[in-house]
Amino acid sequence: MNKNFSFKLHFPILVFGLVAPFVFPGLQLQIATLWVMVLFALTWDIMGGQMGYNSLGNIFFFGVGMYTSVLFQVGQFAEIGAYTAAHGGDNFTFTNAQYYQGLVIGIIMSGVVAAITAAMLGWTVFGLRGPYFAIGTLGIAIAAGELMGTWEWVGAGSGISVPVFPGSAEARSLLFYFLCFGAAVLTFVTLQWIYKTRFGLAVNAIRDDEEKAEAMGIHTVRYKTVAWSISAFFVGISGALFGNITGIIEPLEVAFPTVTFGIFMVAMTLLGGKGTLWGPVLGAILFHTLKEVTWTYFLGWQWVALGVLIIINVVYFQQGIMGWLIERFPEKFGIVVEEKEATR
Amino acid sequence: MILVQAPVFNVQLLLDGLFIGATFALAAYGLALVWGVMNVKNLAQGDFVIMGGYIAWWLGKQGIHPLWGLPISIVVMFGFGWFIYVTIIRRVIDKDLFTSLLATFGLAIVIAQALNLMFGPEVQTAESDFAIRQILGVVTVAEIKLLAFVLCGLLALAVVIFMKKSRMGQAIRATAQDARAARVMGIDTDRVYAFTFSLNAAICGAAGALISMIWVIQPFYGIAHSIRSFVIVTAAGFGNLPGVIMAGLGLGVMEGYSGFVLGAEFQQATVVGLLLLVLIYRQYQQRKLRQVVS
Repeated sequence: MNKNFSFKLHFPILVFGLVAPFVFPGLQLQIATLWVMVLFALTWDIMGGQMGYNSLGNIFFFGVGMYTSVLFQVGQFAEIGAYTAAHGGDNFTFTNAQYYQGLVIGIIMSGVVAAITAAMLGWTVFGLRGPYFAIGTLGIAIAAGELMGTWEWVGAGSGISVPVFPGSAEARSLLFYFLCFGAAVLTFVTLQWIYKTRFGLAVNAIRDDEEKAEAMGIHTVRYKTVAWSISAFFVGISGALFGNITGIIEPLEVAFPTVTFGIFMVAMTLLGGKGTLWGPVLGAILFHTLKEVTWTYFLGWQWVALGVLIIINVVYFQQGIMGWLIERFPEKFGIVVEEKEATR
Repeated sequence: MILVQAPVFNVQLLLDGLFIGATFALAAYGLALVWGVMNVKNLAQGDFVIMGGYIAWWLGKQGIHPLWGLPISIVVMFGFGWFIYVTIIRRVIDKDLFTSLLATFGLAIVIAQALNLMFGPEVQTAESDFAIRQILGVVTVAEIKLLAFVLCGLLALAVVIFMKKSRMGQAIRATAQDARAARVMGIDTDRVYAFTFSLNAAICGAAGALISMIWVIQPFYGIAHSIRSFVIVTAAGFGNLPGVIMAGLGLGVMEGYSGFVLGAEFQQATVVGLLLLVLIYRQYQQRKLRQVVS
């Protein structure tokens, strides 16, 4: 990717992210969600775009992160069974220090636990290829929601509530806004760095031809597992943040929303162009903005529209926005060099 | 345990499982057909089933007996399958695996949500007004279930004979073996693909109509049916009809038992758990195979 193009986008997005909560205070939650969406699309693209493994169940780690975070936030200071039985914070109040300690540890652990879960699953799941992988991951995400809904200790179907923020409501939304923004930026920077290293090349090699990559001495299962863990780490953190924003964690709609966020992350990446660094970001921004603006005007048909969007995207516009731009203006992306070599 | 105390109860669970399992096997056979011939993994399989079910249910509400709804559902779904082939599948068939997977995933969302908007999210059953018989004292068998079981068998038999004897069936099998050679021999493979996909949709429509009579349908149950079909086909391998039938019946029985022993809320989790088990087992098998080869 050309440095110029990249820099032209970096700067306005960073500035927008920093000033947005003060310029549009009413839209803070929507913009915070936007950053979570950017993070989703970026992490989905590690597997779906760069490695060619379409996971339909990455949302599983969102739920894992969310539950891990709340369990650590509460579990350090109170008995979780009693906490859920009392339906949250009425009988349990956390001091300031306890809250922030819980939050920091919860967020870190949510990422770590999600990554470990991914590594363990990867060990069993990664013999799976192509459609089996997609179906298997989709199954895991669906089953996880169902199973969490039957587990009394974490509140079963009625869910578990997150410790109450000790400060004012404005401070709370501002804090979580910047945490979401920070997580998205961190994800982007990490991926930008990773795609430039040997690791990125190996992952691309797996996408292009797994057998040949293996024959070249790339330990494919190890790379696949690590890639999935990275993806899960960031999704887990986003789960922790989102759980804290929502305030109450319920298994089917909030923690494992396979039919909403789980599908959005695929749709956004496809729209933006998979297999590129900026594609998912652009796709997420475009998708989320469009969704927030038009969603209510569809009068219930928005989900059908979403499905149609995915179909049209896959069938007629497979390269996505970034792919189309690269095709249309190759010289802006430094592809001219390759053409010269080819003609010589 | 009640299962040990009252052995007759096992018969009840077993029978119910077999009746449901027959419809699973039917839908899975359709999936195996499309998978084997066109190499398209249809994630909208379960939604075709549910759609067929809703056609029979809706006709039942208009005063047409759901058994008459069955042939209508087959015809309508055949047409729908053709439409989907022409608009979507034809364009993704020679692209990579994921394209067809994601396209049918989008299709699954569209069907499920459209059904939800048209008929509402309630759980429905098509009333067939057949008697319920008692055998062995406590075991009850609804006649409609027995009839559905027989119909399932007949439909499967009809499809098998069609594949073996008819001109189109031969063309489908030839295309499955080698599409390029079939084209050289003058077979219009595009037509064959269209017909195969429509036939699959029709089979799903039949399975759905039967399920609507003997069980329940709901707009969002499609994904569970898709996963069931994948479990069955993965366990049996395609082109293995006896295997598909056995796996389908087995899945029905296992689901019945787990629903009874663990509780109904574990039913979806059971299907998914079985899927993972089958996938892990296959992987283990392949790993052994790889070691033997090397």
